[in-house]
Amino acid sequence: MNPMNRLELYTEMVRIRQYESRILQEYHADKSPAWDIGAGLIPGEMHLAAGQEPAAVGVCAHLKKGDGITAPHRPHHFALAHGVDMNAMTAEIYGRTTGLCKGKGGHMHLFDPENHFSCSGIIAQGYPVACGQALAMKRKGTDNVAIAVAGEGAANQGAFHESLNLAAVWNLPVVFIIEDNDWAISVPRSDSTATTSNADRAAGYGIPGVRVEDNDVEAVFEAAGAAIDRARSGEGPSLIEIHTLRLWGHFEGDAQAYRTDLETVDERDPIPRYAAMLLESGELTEDQVQEIAATADAEVDAAIQFALNSPIPAPEDALLHVFA
Amino acid sequence: MAKMTMIQAIRDAHNVAMERDNTVVVFGEDVGAFGGVFRCTEGLQETFGEDRCFDTPINELGIVATAVGMAAAGLRPVAEIQFSDYMYPGYDQIVSEAARMRSRSAGDFTAPLVVRMPVGGGIFGANCHSQSPEALFAHVAGLTSVIPSNPYDAKGLLLSAIESNDPVVFMEPKRLYNGPFDGDHEAPIQPWRSHELGEVPEGHYTVPIGTAAIARAGTQVTVLAYGTMVHVAQKAVVDAGIDAEIVDLRTIVPLDIETIVNSVNKTGRCVVVHEATKTAGFGAELVATVMEHCFYSLEAPIVRVTGWDMPYPHAQEWDYFISPQRITDGLYAALRDD
Repeated sequence: MNPMNRLELYTEMVRIRQYESRILQEYHADKSPAWDIGAGLIPGEMHLAAGQEPAAVGVCAHLKKGDGITAPHRPHHFALAHGVDMNAMTAEIYGRTTGLCKGKGGHMHLFDPENHFSCSGIIAQGYPVACGQALAMKRKGTDNVAIAVAGEGAANQGAFHESLNLAAVWNLPVVFIIEDNDWAISVPRSDSTATTSNADRAAGYGIPGVRVEDNDVEAVFEAAGAAIDRARSGEGPSLIEIHTLRLWGHFEGDAQAYRTDLETVDERDPIPRYAAMLLESGELTEDQVQEIAATADAEVDAAIQFALNSPIPAPEDALLHVFA
Repeated sequence: MAKMTMIQAIRDAHNVAMERDNTVVVFGEDVGAFGGVFRCTEGLQETFGEDRCFDTPINELGIVATAVGMAAAGLRPVAEIQFSDYMYPGYDQIVSEAARMRSRSAGDFTAPLVVRMPVGGGIFGANCHSQSPEALFAHVAGLTSVIPSNPYDAKGLLLSAIESNDPVVFMEPKRLYNGPFDGDHEAPIQPWRSHELGEVPEGHYTVPIGTAAIARAGTQVTVLAYGTMVHVAQKAVVDAGIDAEIVDLRTIVPLDIETIVNSVNKTGRCVVVHEATKTAGFGAELVATVMEHCFYSLEAPIVRVTGWDMPYPHAQEWDYFISPQRITDGLYAALRDD
């Protein structure tokens, strides 16, 4: 397992948060009327991952070249933590030719072959695909692992259960990550899920399952490290459920009137909490807090400028890449 | 009469059906307290209780399959699939179970269910929130496929669908929810309240399944369209100054062949328009139907104006989505005499 570097974990979480915060701002800047999600320079739906940084950062700290991630409709945090190029990703979100998918995918469909990163707007779609990816890695004789990520709502899809069974039967190097942010859009997990912990479901498929509480990046780091080591050494799949936090709406524009836990959301924000802990222990200084945020802001600024300066794709280019 | 958006009309149809028949139950992802991501079921849970309107987990297979079981056992389920793009896990249940229930049991069992789903593009939803899958349903014997283009029809057709004794796939063009979108995305959004078909009667009425409507009477060329394309065709016809007859199919299965044939026999020319991809799209069925019935009346080859054969692109939303200009070009092509 990689040794834990607290400052790196913190820095990466801040980098993601600054990114999501700026996209939030830019997304709403030119929506007119406000409900018209097709308007503006970032048209379309937008699912931001603020609050869920510990999941991505704790898991991706263990990944190396050749490891893959299949992510869901809320993908930015895992993409950034896994090393997807921020400029190309931002250009994709803006629908530009320099984007990861030349603007054809948008924010829910980020594909980066260099980092084996993919995502889908269809819930639980990435779980079985990760099994195939893991099988290919195994056949090639690498020690790479496939990470399959989705929310707790996805764990009620048949595709999730089929994947756990397949991965167990074929002893695949795959780690299933469930980000439990308590809400599947408006539906609380208690109304949709028969178990209080999805980690319990792993037992049904004979694989290890753990649940990480409190959105704690270090606990995620430990759990993911053990599961990824296990997968790399050929011992098979694992399941990790991370109890995380959806800091904002399901999509941008979601008024969240259904949300009974709204009052305490801000105080549960994992980043200020982690900063306070590191400041308290002396592992982080106030100056570093400013510096880390400023560095992230500069990187995000540059990525947004890169996107804005990139060309809009030609209409006829849409027809490329349909067949080989 | 009240002015309604298509969302309000669909919601009203649910209310009327649930009030009249306590076997009608409404369920799907986020349809309960939240009222649906497009607000089509807002207030139903409050009015009729959690037994009649309830949320499901995210499992489209389960949503459709339980609807089949409920329907076979005497309920009238109205299930919402949040976007038609999410329906594929449930497609097996629609095709293998719902559509065949009557035939394979020789009429002993039926599946009087409705599966509602928003379809189509125009909201930058990219490839997982923009599709038009009507041909996938039209191809399945035993399924009724409905696509309204305005609030009046949406309410009347949804009531017919709920009262139908067979399974109905009810496709709602999401770009029409808030107004009669005519394809000009740079123009201000037109509200339904300024459109005559935004006038929706209170209470119960039905629009019969299997009947097309003449959205615009004309003499020079027939346009066969449904959903959002009815409105885009209207603008194209006005822009081109052509006296076209626009047939709004409203239901694609069963198809109102008589209305289509009468129109094409009158005009002698035909343009078929749909948002979905061209190859094996429903337009192919329409062209074949017109050829079978109107061959000797045709003055020119039938023209298809369709989506491009590709997964729905994100950045090129307005290049994919059919513009009035593309339909105008199609109309001119159909009017050529060489």
